Amino acid sequence: MADVFDRVKAIIVDRLDVDESKVTMEASFKDDLEADSLDVVELVMELEDEFDMEIADEEAEKINTVGDAVNYINSL
Amino acid sequence: MSNLLQGKNVVVMGVASERSIAWGITKSLHNAGANLIFTNRQERSYQKLTKLLEKNGIEAKLIVSCDVASDESITNAFDEIKEKVGVIHGVVHSVAFANRDELKGEYADTSREGFLLAQEISAFSLVAVTKAAKPLMTEGGSIVTQTYLGAERVIQNYNVMGVAKASLEASMRYLAEDVGKYGIRVNAVSAGPIRTLSAKGVGGFNEKLGIIEEKAPLRRNVDQDQVGDATLFFLSDLARGVTGEVMHVDSGYHIIGG
Repeated sequence: MADVFDRVKAIIVDRLDVDESKVTMEASFKDDLEADSLDVVELVMELEDEFDMEIADEEAEKINTVGDAVNYINSL
Repeated sequence: MSNLLQGKNVVVMGVASERSIAWGITKSLHNAGANLIFTNRQERSYQKLTKLLEKNGIEAKLIVSCDVASDESITNAFDEIKEKVGVIHGVVHSVAFANRDELKGEYADTSREGFLLAQEISAFSLVAVTKAAKPLMTEGGSIVTQTYLGAERVIQNYNVMGVAKASLEASMRYLAEDVGKYGIRVNAVSAGPIRTLSAKGVGGFNEKLGIIEEKAPLRRNVDQDQVGDATLFFLSDLARGVTGEVMHVDSGYHIIGG
């Protein structure tokens, strides 16, 4: 099974149409990857599907960077 | 694959992503042979839509821009449809909006602006679209909107949107009376909770899915394809005797009292 970061990255590249090199742990969805609020909701849903889990609203609101998402998934 | 809508021109409003209810409807209508015309508001959804259509091998007869917050935009959209397509036989209205921060907490905290916005985009839009579509439905037609149980009962967090959906359902009935004499039917599908982008904006959405699995007679959630097929029924001649109706596609959850 691929590393969590790689799986998250693949989803982001596919959904946001961004270059792989821009997807770093530090990258902010809104500022660096030009995601709007709907994109972020969509990404959260993709992550829920990919990792077969549910991200509570309060947790989803705290996800601002790629690293936030990866760390949250790793913490489960 | 059926031919229920062979040769029929149907306008689909509200595809935002592949999770959209309108996308499930699109697939059902395409499989039934309909010619599809899409409206979209944002550049974002235009790109999503064209990508989805390409991926699924569906050819749009026309894609027009339409912002239901503007009468002028609605008029222009249907003028363009009239010019390029001519007669239409169906409209799928799958459009709604409310401020996300008003889809949680107490309904009593709804702002005046938020209330009016939800009413305008989610309910008045059906009125305006029906008016614009009517002159193009010269061979009769069918208009189908999408509602939710929150219009009839209190669903936690659904708040301002529940009230907007109540308004939408009442509008659907009044419109059904208005246009019935022109051979046009107006109906609504009340779907159970489905994981769409919009639904995720409602506080505590994931829990609602669990309740359906536990309590609905069919013990399972519904999906976009089931709503698509129910919408196809309303659009087709199979429903020629039905107008002003709300049909629940919710695994039967609405009959459960406790």
